[in-house]
Amino acid sequence: MKPRLVPLLPLSLALLLALMLSACAQSPALRATGDLGIIVERGSGSLLLVEHSHQRRLARIEGLGDLSHASVVFSRDQRYAYVFGRDGGLTKVDLLRQRIDRRVVQGGNSIGGAISQDGRLIAVGNYEPGGLRVFDSDTLEPVADIPAPLLDTAAGVDSKRSRAVGVVDAPGQRFLFSLFDTGEIWSVDMTEPASPEISRYHDIGRQPYDALLTSDGRYYLAGLFGEDGMALLDLWQPEAGVERVLHHYGRGDQRLPVYKMPHLEGWTVAGDSAYVPAVGRHQVLVLDRNNWQQTDAIEVAGQPVFVMARPDARQIWVNFAHPDNHLVQVIDTRSHRIIDTLEPGPGVLHMEFTPRGEQVWLSVRDAGEVQVWDPYRLTRMATLPAEKPSGIFFTSRAHEIGL
Amino acid sequence: MARRIASVAAGAWLLLALPATTLAAPPPQALTPEHRQRLHDLLVQDCGSCHGLRMTGGLGPRLTPETLAGKDRESLEATVLHGRPGTAMPPWQGLLDQREVAWMIDQLLQGVEP
Ligand code: HEC
Repeated sequence: MKPRLVPLLPLSLALLLALMLSACAQSPALRATGDLGIIVERGSGSLLLVEHSHQRRLARIEGLGDLSHASVVFSRDQRYAYVFGRDGGLTKVDLLRQRIDRRVVQGGNSIGGAISQDGRLIAVGNYEPGGLRVFDSDTLEPVADIPAPLLDTAAGVDSKRSRAVGVVDAPGQRFLFSLFDTGEIWSVDMTEPASPEISRYHDIGRQPYDALLTSDGRYYLAGLFGEDGMALLDLWQPEAGVERVLHHYGRGDQRLPVYKMPHLEGWTVAGDSAYVPAVGRHQVLVLDRNNWQQTDAIEVAGQPVFVMARPDARQIWVNFAHPDNHLVQVIDTRSHRIIDTLEPGPGVLHMEFTPRGEQVWLSVRDAGEVQVWDPYRLTRMATLPAEKPSGIFFTSRAHEIGL
Repeated sequence: MARRIASVAAGAWLLLALPATTLAAPPPQALTPEHRQRLHDLLVQDCGSCHGLRMTGGLGPRLTPETLAGKDRESLEATVLHGRPGTAMPPWQGLLDQREVAWMIDQLLQGVEP
């Protein structure tokens, strides 16, 4: 018996070694994407792939063109990011292979986009040529082209068609967007991709600049730049048309010059209240979500750009336009008091919470860094270097209606 | 400066090179390199948020050398200082002075690299 065992030992060792080796070879390919994110490096045309479980950078992906004002949506399997660039580029990025999968330049000047309810379509809102273009999410082949109305060639406007803003996906395989120059909301039913069905809403107000969809997919709310107020469409009763809310919220006060358009993104609802940036005022407006009446105006340090709720909705985080863009303020949603004014650094451009809200990531453009804060202790947890970072997008957005 | 030129006229050979550089150097009120860097960043980032990082347009019109060629310089400067009421172009007076605006218009006319 004994002599037999001896030759077996090296054999099993070899087997073990081989097993270990193959495990090593496989493990890099085995990873999930639920804790990944994309940080836009504005200017250098690159993206940082990050992971929020360990607050680290995984890769830099280059060659995405002009990424000023770029935004990102994710495929439902959270493997691919679709990046909408300023230069009209639509880039599909593979988060697992850490590289560009496909890229098309679909327009001259675009502003953002959305992924359809079924995940099959990507819509891009364009300034030039004004309108919406729809693509297959696998191949990026064009599926539909929905041009906006032609404009009289007014001074100062390059686009010959009204510019599309505030593109979101909505339940019922729809895309909604607003038209800056002609003051409209369009709702497009893409059930039959080859023949989109368009519902147009006119006279919604002057110069809608951005829009959002409530996270339940029911209300589409467009912010107006050309007047004080917002335009509201209830998708449970679209036949009722668009209603003007927050009408004349400034009540005749002199509006300040607006150096940066605010953004409406990530529906900021806490309990019965909704929080939105006031245009040209140092205020965050509070609305009653049941009747859309204004209930408060919270004085803040500057003109708000992003007004984002912590996922548990107990805090609202606000960043500001130039010249107050070195600050971030934190509002308590029960008292409407400012509980802290943070000074992360020059040029705070964007904020993104992790899905359960234990971290918030801030891009601090002019410091060349991304900071991770603990929103419960209001302390900084980590700092990652980045090239002029702007938007931060975590893959958890893949499963949010309207994002 | 007049004195130095006078000394050249007096025939001081060694000084000949000096007045030349003095005259070519920026006038005393010119912007420092750090100041120009700050303005360049403002132009690209903040003006760029409406006009595009490469000034190819967005909410605001294209501001490339080709599109600006032939436009009245003073009215361009006035647009930046006073804005255009009724449009999204804000007045920068209070944040930027005449000199800074003039420098930015120079940059726009030459073409801005982000
Ligand atoms: C909030 C958006 C916004 C910002 C920020 C902005 N602009 Fe403008 N700008 C506009 C719009 C819109 C127009 C066109 C106005 C019109 O319709 O006449 C314009 C027009 C101009 C014009 C006139 C162009 C022409 O052909 O007559 C110049 C020059 C200009 N901007 C320079 C600047 C500079 C320099 C900055 C930064 C210091 C800046 N803009 C920041 C929106 C903006």
